[in-house]
This record gives sequence, C-alpha cells and structure tokens, in this order.
Amino acid sequence: MEEWLYIQTEVYPALLKGFWVSLQLIVPSAFCGLVIGIMVGVLRVYGSRAVMAVADTYVALFRGIPLVVQLFIWYFGLPYIKIYLSPFVAAVLGFSLCSGAYHSEYVRGALLSIKRGQMLAAQSLGFNKVRMIFSIILPQAIRRALPGCGNEIIYLIKYSSLAYMITCIELTGQGKILASNSFKYTEIFLIIGACYLVMTSVASVILGHLEDRLLLPGFEHHRI
Amino acid sequence: MASPILRIENVSKRYGKKDVLKGASLTVHKGDLKILIGPSGAGKSTLLQCINFLVKPDEGRIWLEDQEVHYAHKRNLYAYRQKVGMIFQDFNLFDHLNALENVRIGMVKVKGMAKAEAGERAVMELERVGLKDHMQKYPAQLSGGQKQRVSIARALAMDPKVMLLDEPTSALDPELIGEVHAVIRDLGNNGMTMIMATHQIGFASSLASEIIFMEDGQILERGTPEKIFFQAENARTKEFCSKITELYGETR
Repeated sequence: MEEWLYIQTEVYPALLKGFWVSLQLIVPSAFCGLVIGIMVGVLRVYGSRAVMAVADTYVALFRGIPLVVQLFIWYFGLPYIKIYLSPFVAAVLGFSLCSGAYHSEYVRGALLSIKRGQMLAAQSLGFNKVRMIFSIILPQAIRRALPGCGNEIIYLIKYSSLAYMITCIELTGQGKILASNSFKYTEIFLIIGACYLVMTSVASVILGHLEDRLLLPGFEHHRI
Repeated sequence: MASPILRIENVSKRYGKKDVLKGASLTVHKGDLKILIGPSGAGKSTLLQCINFLVKPDEGRIWLEDQEVHYAHKRNLYAYRQKVGMIFQDFNLFDHLNALENVRIGMVKVKGMAKAEAGERAVMELERVGLKDHMQKYPAQLSGGQKQRVSIARALAMDPKVMLLDEPTSALDPELIGEVHAVIRDLGNNGMTMIMATHQIGFASSLASEIIFMEDGQILERGTPEKIFFQAENARTKEFCSKITELYGETR
C-alpha cells in the first residue's frame, strides 16, 4: 500500500513531467534531423566536389564522435566562445545534428538507388537539376529511405535520454533523481523502460502507417 | 529547299580510349523520319543521346532551326531540350506518378503552366495515344506498350519540334509492338519530325524518309529504304540488312 502511495504521489507526477520534456526534445529533434539529413544527403550525392567534401566531413564528425561528447561540447564547450545555450536548446541541437548525419546516409543510399533513366527522362523534358532532384528523384528516394530513417527516429527516442547528462531533466533524468532518493532503482527504471517502449511502439506504428500511405500502386507485391 | 529543322555536324564521343561516335553528321528537314539501323554498339543510342546532350559530345555542333545550341549555357540547353522529345527503350516513366501526372509534370515544372490547364492538355495527349481510360494508373500497373505510349504522350505534351526515339519497341513483347508502332505511324502522318533507332525494319521501311546505316561509330551509308534494303553499295550494309530481314521478317 505504501509502495502504491509512493508511486501515485511521487513517481507518477515526476515521470509525467519528464515524459513531456522528453517529447519536447524528441519531436523537434526528429523533424530537424530529418530535414538536415535530406539536405545533406542530397548535397553528398549531387553537390559540387567542395560541397561534398564539407558534407562528408560533417557526417564523419557527427557520426564518429560519441553523442555525449557532442552534447558536452554544445553545453559546456560553447560558453568558452561566449555562446550560452540552455540545456534544452543544446540537447535539441546535439540530437538534430547527430540524427541528421545518420539520416543523410539513408537518404544518400536511397538517392543512389534511383535508376539513371529517371534522371535522363527528366533532363530530356528540360528539367533543371534542382527541379529534377526535388520533383522526380527525392519523392522516390524518400520512400526508399523511410524504413532506415524510421530506424533512426526510433533510435533518437532512446538516445534522447542522454539529455539529462547536460542537466536537461527529461524522463530518464527524473527517474535518476527518484531512484537515488528512494533507492528503488529496479522498480523505477522498469517503469521508465516501459515508457520508452510505449514511445518507440507508437512511433513505429505511425511510421508504418506513413509507409503504407506512401506506397505506390503496383509495388504492393514487394510485400508477401 | 527550306532550311533544315535540325542540323548535326561532326558529332564525336569518346569513352576513355574508345571512340563510340566518330564524327556523325545529319540534316533533318521538317516532317522527315530518319531511321538509324546498325548492330549494337554502332553508336545509334549515343548519337541520339548526343543530339539532346544527355551525353555531352566531345566535338561537334548542333543547330535547331538555324540556332546553334550552346549546351554549356544551361538555360539555352534546358530550352532546347524542351523542343526535342526523347523516347527511351525502357520507357523511363516516373515511377511515383500516375500516367496523367507523368504527362503533366513537365508542363507544370518546366513550362510553368497552371496545373489545371496542363491537366487538360495531358488528358488530350493520353487520349491521342489511346490511354484515356488508364490515366489514373501508375507505371507499375501498365503494360510495356501502355508505358511506352504514356512516354510518347509525355514527350508530345511539351510540343517538341523533333522527336528522338531510341529503340522504342525493343523492350516490348511482340504482341505489344503493334500498338506503339500505330502511335508512331500516326505521329509521322501528322508531320512530326523524328529520328528513330530501331531493328524493326519492316516498320522502318514503310515509314522512313531515309535509312541511315551505322557501324563502329560511323555512318556508313544512307539512302531511301529501297536503296538501303535492296541496292546497298556497302558490303556491310548488305550483310546487316539480309540478316535482320531474316530475323524480323520482310521489309514490305
């Protein structure tokens, strides 16, 4: 009975608060990450040599350095050059840039998989490069990148838990505080694990619906 | 004689050390139907792709209606390509768009036409190739012959001055070739200027104003269908024509 009271009066409100913070971190990061990923992916395939080199360097850095280190740099490092970010902004920035680097790889793969004939046809109609990419190539490539990008979004939901390392107290952060006060680590982190599982499950259902909606007639046979 | 609609002078293309096209020249007048024949690797496709700069020629000059095409000048190139329709062997319909949208998108995105107006025109062009009832279908739901007819409608919607057809029926089942030939024949009868690479010499000889035999990146011989198929001067032309006649049936 005492346990139940503890959960109701302390655990539930704290985790609910943390849950909202988590959502506020995840949604904009997922969106910005996807936009960055699409842009960078396009530049890495169709950009000039110099642009490609810059984009490749971005990916190498943000995919190669541990996310925690990146977050520390945004939050604790930028003040050295007189840029002060709130924990929340630093976290969203870190997540978006890291996520964008991964997305760009899925987008790049999808762009490269589009048959050359699609480009020849667009060019032969008089399309310029930018219109060809945005009207012909990307709409097809996004469909192919979606499963991979969905994967990255699911992953983002989980690594959003790193935000508490730079004092942005989201779901995991709240859990950590509760647990260190009550020493009920197992119970609290089981609840938190379940919360993340719910978030990732909802996300994968949404992504599945999106995939279905974007499915092109005549391609259904790929699903057996 | 009226000035030619399209003039190609000395177009060459090299890939590494291999000369795929060695100085081809061609003069096309309004309403002409030039047929390119020759073995694979002869440079027919490369010549056609050089004509609208899908492949950038290493040498050579091209004029459309007495205006030289400067392909390095992007706007000039995009404007020129709108006037030169291209039909591919494997159709290359845009997979994410249905037949109507495939025909409409060029008018909307390249010519800047309003969607409704472009849509009306697209329906008209699809009707012309006999596909009005299939305009909501996606490429994956169409047969090869239907896809090729959509691609012809897509090219026609841009009001081209010249059409380039790169083996338009080579990827089709024998049964479906007829429907595409009917559309091309209809275009020819309506005065469309065309350059077509094909192995269907029966069809070619009944329609062509000139047959051009290519081999090894060069134009070896050219002339009326009668001349090329029955009185060819070049031994290679004779040999090729007799073989292909055996394969694809009588020329008449």
